[in-house]
Parts: sequence; C-alpha cells; structure tokens
Amino acid sequence: MEQVTYRNVTAKVLYLLLLTVLAFSFTPNANASIDFPAAQAVDTVAGENLFNANCAACHKLYKKATGPALFQVGDKYDREWLYSWIKNSQDMVKSGDAKANAIYNEYNGAVMTSFPALSNADIDNIIAYTYTPKKAPAVAAVTTATTTANSGGVSNDIILAALALVFMLLVVMLFLVNKTLRRIAEANGVVYEEKAARIPVWKLFIENQFLVLVTAIFFLLASGYFAYGYLMQVGVDQGYEPVQPIHYSHRIHAGDNQIDCNYCHSSARKSKHSGIPSLNVCMNCHKNIGEVAEETLAEGKNEYGVDYNTEIQKLYAAVGWDEDSQSYTGKTQPVQWIRIHNLPDFAYFNHSQHVTVAGVECQTCHGPVEEMEIMYQFAPLTMGWCINCHRETNIQVKDNDYYEHIHEELSKKYGVDKLTAAQMGGLECGKCHY
Amino acid sequence: MASNKKYWKSIEELNPESSVVEALKQNEFAQPIPTDQFLGDKDVLERTSTTRRDFLKYVGFSTAAASLAACEGPVIKSIPYVVAPDEIVPGVANYYATTISDGFDFASVLVKTREGRPIKIERNDLGGEIGGVNARVHASVLSMYDKNRLMGPQVNGQEASWADLDAAVASGLEGLNGAEVILLTQSFASPSTAALIQSFTKKYPNVKHVTYDMVSSSEALDAFQETYGVRALADYDFSKAGTIVSIGADILGDWQGGGFEAAYAKSRVPKDGRMSRHIQFESNMSLSGANADKRVPASPAQQAAVLGYITGAKALADVPEAVRPAAEQAKKQLEKAGDRGVLVCGLPCPKAQKKVLDYNTSIGSVVMDVTRPIMKFSGSSTEVQKVIDGVKNGSIKGLITAGVNPLYAFPDADFSAAYTNLDFTLAFAMRADETAASAKLVAATPHYLEAWGDVEAKKGTFSLVQPTIRPLFNTRQFQECMLAWTGSTQSYHDYLKAFWQSNVLGGNSWSKALHDGVFTSDFSANYGALPETGTPARHFDTGEAMALCLYTKTGLGDGRQANNPWLQELPDPISRATWDNYLTVSAADAKRYGLTNTHVSNGALNGDCVRVTVGDAVLDRVPVLIQPGQAAGTVGLALGYGQKASIQAEMQTGVNAYSFYKDFSSVQAVSIEKVDGTHEFACIQLHNTMMGRDIIRETTLEIFNTKDKDYWNAVPTVSKDHKEIPVTSPEADLWDSFDRSIGHHFNLSIDLNACTGCGACVIACHAENNVPVVGKSEMRRSRDMHWLRIDRYYSSEESFSADADKKDNISGLGSSLSEFAEMEIAADNPQVAFQPVMCQHCNHAPCETVCPVAATSHGRQGQNHMAYNRCVGTRYCANNCPYKVRRFNWFLYAENEEFDYHMNNDLGRMVLNPDVVVRSRGVMEKCSMCIQMTQKTILDAKRDGRVIKDGEFKTACSAACETGAIQFGDINDEQSAVATLKEDDRMYHLLEAVGTKPNVFYQAKVRNTNEA
Repeated sequence: MEQVTYRNVTAKVLYLLLLTVLAFSFTPNANASIDFPAAQAVDTVAGENLFNANCAACHKLYKKATGPALFQVGDKYDREWLYSWIKNSQDMVKSGDAKANAIYNEYNGAVMTSFPALSNADIDNIIAYTYTPKKAPAVAAVTTATTTANSGGVSNDIILAALALVFMLLVVMLFLVNKTLRRIAEANGVVYEEKAARIPVWKLFIENQFLVLVTAIFFLLASGYFAYGYLMQVGVDQGYEPVQPIHYSHRIHAGDNQIDCNYCHSSARKSKHSGIPSLNVCMNCHKNIGEVAEETLAEGKNEYGVDYNTEIQKLYAAVGWDEDSQSYTGKTQPVQWIRIHNLPDFAYFNHSQHVTVAGVECQTCHGPVEEMEIMYQFAPLTMGWCINCHRETNIQVKDNDYYEHIHEELSKKYGVDKLTAAQMGGLECGKCHY
Repeated sequence: MASNKKYWKSIEELNPESSVVEALKQNEFAQPIPTDQFLGDKDVLERTSTTRRDFLKYVGFSTAAASLAACEGPVIKSIPYVVAPDEIVPGVANYYATTISDGFDFASVLVKTREGRPIKIERNDLGGEIGGVNARVHASVLSMYDKNRLMGPQVNGQEASWADLDAAVASGLEGLNGAEVILLTQSFASPSTAALIQSFTKKYPNVKHVTYDMVSSSEALDAFQETYGVRALADYDFSKAGTIVSIGADILGDWQGGGFEAAYAKSRVPKDGRMSRHIQFESNMSLSGANADKRVPASPAQQAAVLGYITGAKALADVPEAVRPAAEQAKKQLEKAGDRGVLVCGLPCPKAQKKVLDYNTSIGSVVMDVTRPIMKFSGSSTEVQKVIDGVKNGSIKGLITAGVNPLYAFPDADFSAAYTNLDFTLAFAMRADETAASAKLVAATPHYLEAWGDVEAKKGTFSLVQPTIRPLFNTRQFQECMLAWTGSTQSYHDYLKAFWQSNVLGGNSWSKALHDGVFTSDFSANYGALPETGTPARHFDTGEAMALCLYTKTGLGDGRQANNPWLQELPDPISRATWDNYLTVSAADAKRYGLTNTHVSNGALNGDCVRVTVGDAVLDRVPVLIQPGQAAGTVGLALGYGQKASIQAEMQTGVNAYSFYKDFSSVQAVSIEKVDGTHEFACIQLHNTMMGRDIIRETTLEIFNTKDKDYWNAVPTVSKDHKEIPVTSPEADLWDSFDRSIGHHFNLSIDLNACTGCGACVIACHAENNVPVVGKSEMRRSRDMHWLRIDRYYSSEESFSADADKKDNISGLGSSLSEFAEMEIAADNPQVAFQPVMCQHCNHAPCETVCPVAATSHGRQGQNHMAYNRCVGTRYCANNCPYKVRRFNWFLYAENEEFDYHMNNDLGRMVLNPDVVVRSRGVMEKCSMCIQMTQKTILDAKRDGRVIKDGEFKTACSAACETGAIQFGDINDEQSAVATLKEDDRMYHLLEAVGTKPNVFYQAKVRNTNEA
C-alpha cells in the first residue's frame, strides 16, 4: 500500500534526525582544567590561607603592590634572612643589613608590618605558596569557556533546524495524504456540494449601524486610552539605563561584595544629594584591587561582554594612578557619569530626610541595586509615586525627640497609633516645591 | 443722518500748523516699518526657489520635529570630584567668617558657601561691634562674580604674567632715580598691611604712602587727631542715648563708616515707658531724618548756626529765624538728657567736628566713646590734595593706586592728562576702571572673598579676612605683591599668621580667631606717622546760590560696586527710585525754577532736567526729583554714579557727582538752570502718602504710656446684625479656621520702631531666593520682582495723625474730591514711615481661593505655598491680593539676552542658591517665608533627634536685619520671642479689617514727641 511506504519514509527521516541530535549532544565537553603539581612538600593550602590573612593587603604574587611581588621569593633571599625580616623588618633595617636597607629604600621607606607571631613553619608554608605558578593566563580560560558556550549554541541551532525540517515534512505529508484521499474519493464517485455565494462580513458589518457605532466608540476610547498612556510616560524615564563611561557593576560591589551603599554614597546620610563617590573613594579599595578574580572576569566576559580589568584601568587613568610605581601621577581626568535619576529642578528631594530620619532602605526607591550589573532607574520618580509612598509610610519616631511631642498630639487628633508621612504634612505642596 | 462729529486723535490737532498731524495723515505708521530687515536683500530674495508652500511645509515639519524631540529628555552628566575635599559634602553649606573692608564698607560677616562657591553673606553675630552689614555688604558676593573683572595683570595694556609685572614694577621704580612716587591706597585699617607698606617704602624710600578715602571723612578725622592724637573717629553707642541731636549727620546711613543702626534701634523701641528722642537738622531727606522724632529742614549754613548755638558759641538771636525755635528746643532737650544726650554733626568742617567732640566731652556723654574709636577711615584730604597738585605740576613722577579710582573721583581733564603722562603708573584694581584703563601697569586684585587679610575696624577689635573660594582669575592681592616686591618669598597667609601670632593673638589660638572672625586684643598697631591735618574751616553761607549737599546712597555708596545689578535695582529707601541718581529739589525751589515731575499714562515718573554748575564743573542734563523734606535753598545729589569704564552698558547710570566734590567738601555752592528734555525715572512707589489710613499704625510715646491699647491700637470692627464686633471674632469670619496648634506655626514680626528702612533685608532676600533683576525699563513699568519691599510713606499734613484727622473730617462730594486730592501730595517737611511688606501668609488667603489650578495653597505651618510648576499664570491671585506682594514673571529672566544681568552668564549664575528653583516665564512668585530655611532647620533637628530651640528658625530677612526689627519664629513655642511679640500691645496686622488673618504682624510705631 502506498500509505505504508509514506510512513516508512517518515520513520527513516526521524531516526536520522535523532541520531544527528544525539551525536551532537554527546560531544565531549572541552573544558580543560590543568592541575599544577605542588612545588614543595609543605602545606601550600595553609600557606595560601596565611598569605591571604597576613600578606595580601600589601603584597601580590606576580605584581608589585604596596610591597614587592612575592612570586618565588624564596629564591631571592635565603630562608633565614626571610624569617627574621618577616618577624621584625625594622630591626634589620636599623642593624644596617644591606639587603634590608635596599628593599626599604626601594619602597620609599614604607615600613613592613612585623609578624612575630608567625612561626618558621608558617613562613615556610607561605613561601611554598609563593611558588604557585601563575595560573594559565586568563585569556586561555576564557577561550575555553567561550568554546564550550559556543558549542552549546551550535547544537541548539541544529536541533531547532532539525525540528523545523520535521514539521515541514509533516506539512508536506498532510497535503499528500489529503490529495490522495481526495483522489480516492473522486474515484469512488463522491460529489461535492457547490458553495452558496455569501455576503462578505465587512458588508454586513457596515450595514449594521449599531455595531459601527459601538466599534467607533470602542476605537475612540481605546485610542484615547493609549494616547493618554503615551503622554503620561513622556518625561518618565523608568528603566533608563544609559551606557556609562566606566562599566561599573553594582552587582559585584553591593551584591557579591556586600559593600554598604553608604560607604560610597556617604553624603546620602547628611545631604540632599546621595553623591556620586569621588574617585579617591574608589581607590580606597582599588589601590589593591587592580584585577578581578578569574571567575569574575570570565563571568563579565561571558554574560555582560565586558572585561572588568580594562574598566579598572579606566579608573586608574581617570584618577591618575600608576600601577607600576604605585603612585599618583597627578594627571587626572574626572569621570563624566551619565546621571540616571533626574528630578526636575522644581522638585526638592533630600536624601538624608529619607535615609537617616525615615530609615528608608535605598532599595525602596532604587530597586534591587545589588542585582544590577548596570544601574538603571527602577522607580518612575513621578509625583504620584512619591505621594503614594508618603500616604502609606509611617514615620519613624523611635528615639527621636523631635517627633515625641508632635507625634503624640497629632496621633491623638487623627485617632491613630502611627502617623503616616502624609498626616505629618508630607503632602503639602511647599514641602517639596520651592 | 451723517455724523459731523469730529474725533480728536491727539492733542497735536489743536495746533493747525502741526507737522505731526500732516505726517500722520499721509502715513499710517508714524515710524517706518523696518521691512528692510527681511526684504532688503533683493538678490537673495529673487534667487531663492522656496515657494510659499515650501515654506509652510518647512514650518510644519520643524514644528512637528521640535515637539517630537521635546519628548526626549536630555542626557545630564554628573561629574564627581577626583579627590573630594574633606570639608565639602555636596548639598551641605559651609560657613566661613571673614571681613569686608573694601575702603568704604567694613563689617564682619559669615559667608555661606555651597560646593565651594560663596552664595550668600550673613551677619556674624560675634562681630556685632563692628556692625554695618548693610545692603552693599550683602550684595558684595555678586560683585565677585562680575564678568567685567580683570582676569590677570597687564603691562602697557597687554596681558602679562605676574613675573612680567614684577619685573616691570622693579625696573619702573628703579628707573625713576629717586623721583617721588605716591602709593595712594584706600583705608585698609589693617595692621599687617600697614607693616607691609612700611617695609615697601623702606625698600623704595622715594615711595610715599598716602591714604585716600573717595568719600572723605577728613574733617572729623582731623578734629579727632588734633584732640586725641589718634587718626580715628569717635564711636557712638546710641543704645545708651536719651536724646540724639544730629546736625547733618546721617547716622543711619554712611556717616563716619556707618553701622550705628543696631545700637540706635535699641534705644528707639519703647521699653519701660522710655525711648530716646531723636532730633535731626538736615538738608537732604536722609534715612536718619526719616526715622527722627523731629526733623528740621535746614541748609548747611543754618545747621552751622544751630551747632554754634547748641555748643554755646552763638547766641540764640544769631540763629536764623526758620530754625530758631527748633534749635532752642533741641538745646533744652540735650540739657535735660544730661550725660545720656549726644550731639553729632555731619558738616564737612573740622571746627564743627571739634565743637561736637568738645561738647559731648563737656556733658560727659556716655554715648560717645573716644577710648576705642573707629579706625575704618584714615585718609587726609590735605595730603591727597598735595598728591593731586603734585601729579598736575609734575613734581610727582609715579603713582601707585590700590582700591581707589582717582580718575573717576577727580574728574578733571588736567589730572587725567597729567596721570597718563606720569613715568610710572600702577593700578591695583578689580575692574579695568577709569584709573586702571589709563595706567601703564595693572595688577588685577582678587575680591575680598578670595583674599586673606586683617582689619582693625574699631580700636582693639581685630578681624580676619579669609578666602572662601580659590581666586576665579589670575589675580594677586595687594599684600602679596608688597611681599613679592620687597623680596620676600613668604606667602601673605604665612606672613599674616606669623604677624598675628607674634602681635595680635597673645598666645591665643589662630584657628579660633579664624573661626570666629574677630578677636579682641590690646595690641597697638603701628599705622605709620600721622598724616598732615589742615582741612580748612568752612563756612556754608552760599549767599544767593543754592547749596548742593552731596550724599551717598544706600545702594551704590561711593560707587565701587556700580556694576552690581542687585544694588542698581535696590530702590532708594527715601525716593524709591532705582537705577539712577538725580538732583533732589524742594517743592518750593522746583516752583521757582519751573521744574516739574509728572506721571505718564502708565503711572511712571518723568522729571525735568537741569544744568548744574559748581565753579568750572558743569553737568548737563541732571534729572530733577522733587523731594519732600528737602530744605529750601538746597539740592542733593548722590555720589557713586556716572561710571563708564568697565561698567556694563545697562549699569552706566546717573551722573558723576564727584565732579562737584571740590576740596572734598560735601557742601558746595551751586547754580542750576533748567534745560530741555525729560528724564524717565524707574521709581517703584508712585503714591507717596497713606491718605489717612492706618496702614502704618502709630502713636506718641505719651499716649502709649498713658492710654489703653484699645485707644491707640484698636482692632477694627465690622457690623453684624447692626452690632459692632471686632474683625478678629469668629463670628465675623466666613471661614472655618484650621487647627494650627500642633507642630510649628511660623509668624514674622516687624517692629516699625526698629526698622530704619535700610534695605539690607531686600538684598538678603534676593540672594537667598534667586530673585531676578529686571532692569530699568521693566522697573519703570512696575514689574519689579522684589519679594520684599520697604514701603515709604510721607504725611500729607505735618504728621500722619493730622492726615487721619483730615480724612475723618471729610464730608460731602466736593470736600472729598478736593481734600483727597490734596492728601495725595506730600507735605514740605513730612513725617516719614517705613514698612517692610512681603507676603503676609494669610491664614485666610484671598489668593488661594481664586487660583483656578490650586497652585497656591496653605501649609499647616502657616506658610502660603506657591507651586511654580503648577501655576498657569492667570494672575488672579495677584489681583486678589490686598497687599500686592505677588510678582509675575513677565519674561524669562534667566539665560535671556534681553535681561543681560547676572543670571545670563555662567559666572553670575554661580551666586544662585541651589535649594531654590529659578522661576520661568509666565508664573507667579512671591515670598515663601524662606521655607527652604525652615525645612532645613526642621530636618537638621530630626536628624539629630532633638527639639528645636527658639532662635533656630530664621528667614533671610530676619537674619539680615541689623536692628532686630524682623523677628521670626514658631508661635506654638510659647517661650519663643515671636510668641511674646504676638501678645505685645503694639502688635497689629496689616489691613486687619480685610480679615485675612496674616501670619506676618507689625509692631505699631511709637514716636517720642515729648518736648523738653
């Protein structure tokens, strides 16, 4: 029978497709990880921990920081010298040790903290750790990661293409079956009825005046609704997410690293402005953080297409920090951030009133900043939005002598336990417009 | 029926020969329509292929494009500091104590800075002893942001570096081979500067230092120097005064350095039934005369006679008849006051000044203080005259000027020519003024807010000048130059600090002194050898000629801030004219010379012009203002106007009265002659009398002490059911009152006894609230934007109470027509009263009920709010306001070439207060009771979690008021000063009968009319 033939063909195509798909899905994952052999027979893990706890503030393994790079430091100095240097460097400098004085002078007389608590074994461990070779360059890691991601992408595309092909075949088959059936029916002498001439729907519609009226009203109302909606969003920049001169990730700083908002935006507590931190605030940490962790770097490249290290270099260029000499060059170039939250001039807003007095979380207005890779405007910042919050939010009176008397009397007057900002007068025009 | 009526189109038609009528018949438009501007270029017009339809298409497209583009917000950049200074928190103001000593004004001030820019001057409470934070001092912050300032030093008219200038000065001074060079400076009153000048003259022995005050106090200084051996001026503490007799001394103006009003006001507020009595003999109507209990118009010659009589040098019979009774009475009054009496004199004659010193000493006046005199001025006109002569005759080869502008202040062609021919001319200047423009070398100096310094304004009271901003331009201050030119490498800051530590501080903290701004010390500074005295004794008998009395105005003073639009637009407290100086003439003299003042159709004032001649100096076309109270036979003219060099065209106002300042005498014999032409004044008060109404309530001390409050300060009544009930009773009220007993309820009290009308509050209000400057022609159209005005009323009879009586006795149509018309005209020597009027913040505000968009509404704290962004500009509110305090933005006054004042350039806009919005065109604005300041006070308290103390709430005007006339506070705080004042007997509300229940109230004026 013909039909059987057709079915067999379909089955064969399907099998073929399945095989292709399986073949791609089982492609071995090319994520290579190389294990370096331990340099010495000491506890490098303990050494790493000690290094991170005691040394990392000033030293890096492969790069100069406040102090010299420590990679393979054991080769540069003999072990005994290192023991005494680490335990008390100043004694050595004073005793006139040539090497000690050389290094002391090279770093402009910066005194290295003494670590008398470290045992020789600890120091051995640390030194052992310093022999950890530099991991395969970040670029290599990234490339592999990209390859994996790409291979995944390719296989997905193929599956999709195969599926599309299957559906095409199905459609073709349906037509063929239909045609065959019709041919059989005709062969069996089935006669089709002639279709009666119908009046087109649009003519019927036009003839029904009531329907026309209702539709017209509907369209008018609808267009009014949308026009109103459009006009109301003019000047409302909710979701505004401009490209900034430096790709600054709030997700990493406020989210991953849990830095308090007020650390950088310190004036939010005492001023009307939250303040964009000056670059010297950035340098409090970034003096020592010239590069991000490799996982972070990879994440940035894959998910946001940004190299965080280049962004840190932009900061250094702006603030005039020379990494090699670990000093400021004095050539600065202020960063021209794009302002996201723009209140009109006629609206007065004071951060300290909300942050310090009312204790409002930053996230209430600025949204989940700790999840934002790039900062965007979360709230509409419309007057209605302000007013709503003032209506709903109770004022914080605890331990505030200013409110004590007035809150007691006003709540008695309004017959409530807790006053909202609106009841305190937070809806009056002149409180924000002057 | 055809009409044969003739319609008159203009008054010109009365004249059958008039060419105007003929011309108008031929031409529809009197002036040709300037079609050339757009049709002039025929070539372009013919070559163009744009049709009318194309044009309309472009118009349509560009309109659509513009409206679409308007939907897109601009990209706003935000640029933080690279390294933020520790003391600056964006959005939080810092205050620094410093001192102004520009050679005319001396005061200890606090400077409010935002993000490192000074934006406002405040009074320094610790520096009260120096006083004098007047309108000019408040406005001085804007002078720093003057776009006409010198940007750097110049050598022979070319921009140069400081090294070039240093070299040019060294070679210039050495090249003179010992010929005499004069260092002509303002009065610095600065111990460290004096020391620096001494070391400079030591290095260059041919340089002689001469101090020069453009407005001279030389006579008083000479008299004091001869009596006490110190070149200074006696200080007067008028708070101790029982009787003040002033003979031509404008003690509330700029007389002897000014700054006396705070103490004066203390004795003027009745306390325990007592207040001082102030008798003023004067020619021009001054602030002092306006505030006096008794003002006697007297020509300078009459004044001299009165002085002679009071001090015992003359018999009563020698006093001219016109002032004889007043003189006799004044003398009695002084004698009665004993040691609480004081005599002061403003006549420019050392003999007269000596008499005053001797008289006050002889009666043992506790008011006068000669042990700690005023050190503000030290110029000697004798020495300055020698310099002028020396320059003219060539004996002086070089002239260094600092802080003075002799080419403007000696407008004498000979002197100017001689100056340009000098071998060595060096000018220290902030602007390329007349002197700097002609000088070979110009040293650009910083504004005082960019400089270091010290001042001893009163003996023993030392104050510091510290910079509040990095110098805006490439400037170097005078003292820094002195250091550099004497070979020192020290900075002036280091020098000053060392100088203070070794001399002034006596072991006390430099930082504390810098923080406070003032420091009291026993240190006796060395100001060098005493200058030569010898100002000649003057008699003031001008015979048939008129006596010209030169004076300085509250606005411009001696003219050094002429490029400051705030000061140009500040109404003169007496004449209420802006942007001008003018010859003040008495009504009698005006009649004699045929001079008139007329009002044109929009109410604005026009005046005739005269030619004024003093000796060989002539000024053509000096406008005339008829001044009630001007003594007959005298005219007045203000100094400080008529500057041209480096002054913006709009601010080149008035005539230069220094032309008449011969021999540094403020009194001159003058002849005037009417010339053609009229002058357009921009006067913002055109109705001068109160018409017998009780806008300003006043009474006499006697009634105040003896009668019940209801007699002299009754609450107005209204009739209800044919019964008179007070307007304040709830029955008379249409509205339900809002309960304001919880929270803050702000009230402002204005004491009309303490208010002298000085105008400091007006400028403080401008600075705080970004009030725009509108320019002379808009002022003339009464479109001033001042949120706070100080109304000045003249009485039409001899006193305001006589006015009220006259009004009450009017009956019938004929009487009311004629007598009301009479009452519009001020008396020859009227009583004067001042009344600051700002938005009264009515609890039942008429403006609020008529606003169709609810743009103005009432706050619980008593303030009448104005939401500018909601206003659509119907101006209903202004029309419904009984106090006429609302101001409409007829134009865009910021960033608009048509109003090229400080808001139109980047430099000038730096003075704007970032907490207050700059209003746009088409919206109404008015006094907000400084809601930004009250909100800040509340927020600070909330943040600290504390209760607000009385005195913390302030408005710009209350903070600026030297006399304490304006008090602001929370009346729900029963302990507050303003709550006490509200219960005071003198309290009344302006136009109380209207029932607006204002939150601003006044303290009725009490006059001490007790004759001895």
